[in-house]
Amino acid sequence: MIELGKYAGAVLSAWGISLGLLAGLTAQTLLAASSARKRLEQVEERRRG
Amino acid sequence: MSLWEYANPVKFMRLSGAVLPWVSVAAAVTLVVGLIWGFSTPEDYKQGSTVKIMFLHVPAAMMAINIWVMMLVASLIWIIRRHHVSALAAKAAAPVGAVMTVIALVTGAIWGQPMWGTWWEWDPRLTSFLILFLFYLGYIALWSAVENPDNAADLTGVLCLVGSVFALLSRYAVNFWNQGLHQGATISVAPGDRISSAYSYPLYMCMLAFFLLFLALLLVRTRTEIRRRRTAALIAREVRP
Repeated sequence: MIELGKYAGAVLSAWGISLGLLAGLTAQTLLAASSARKRLEQVEERRRG
Repeated sequence: MSLWEYANPVKFMRLSGAVLPWVSVAAAVTLVVGLIWGFSTPEDYKQGSTVKIMFLHVPAAMMAINIWVMMLVASLIWIIRRHHVSALAAKAAAPVGAVMTVIALVTGAIWGQPMWGTWWEWDPRLTSFLILFLFYLGYIALWSAVENPDNAADLTGVLCLVGSVFALLSRYAVNFWNQGLHQGATISVAPGDRISSAYSYPLYMCMLAFFLLFLALLLVRTRTEIRRRRTAALIAREVRP
């Protein structure tokens, strides 16, 4: 077990906030990518049909 | 074959589609290894366990500055050669750079409180970093505010040029003004009190991980921007009589 001593609060909050922000950014990027791909497919299909 | 051929959206989509899975896997592996390695490092004799914040703070700060430099290069390519992919790549990079700046500022404040006794100080590096963050916000807002994408690319390109002064100041502020709380470079070849290899190797791994994560996000986001541009163009053709 990793001992963080008296600075545990500072270390854990810094890591928690950072990893949360990176996870949020990655999730937003992937959701926007999926939405843009679907939208383009719909428009292309409409033009073909 | 010229490098400029990849400024063609079709060629960019083909190449980035092939490269993206490899970059994503490399980013995920280096991130997991780097973060676990960094978190397991021993306590520092001066800073105790707060030294573990370095493995997020330093790579994020490094990327915040380098992403702005990348945006500057991409914006200059747009301004000089009018390649749309470069303008879209700059636009795609900005939110990633803004998040990296927030991480650097927040982790810096959390680290500063126990080490310096304050969350914030109007120190040259901290202040220039805060201004860099405001430039990121302004850059993102300007892209959203201007309807014509070519005009938006022109205006944001100029803003990027101006903001580069603060990106450089963020990096060299400590050298320009020998005052303030923030230390100089963590990693340097110059003689002096240097970081132990117990910390430097996991730090290098985290820096590589943050770079690869940025590259993966940049590729996905640029592809998204290209798809949005293509969708808008097709809809415009439908609407036109």
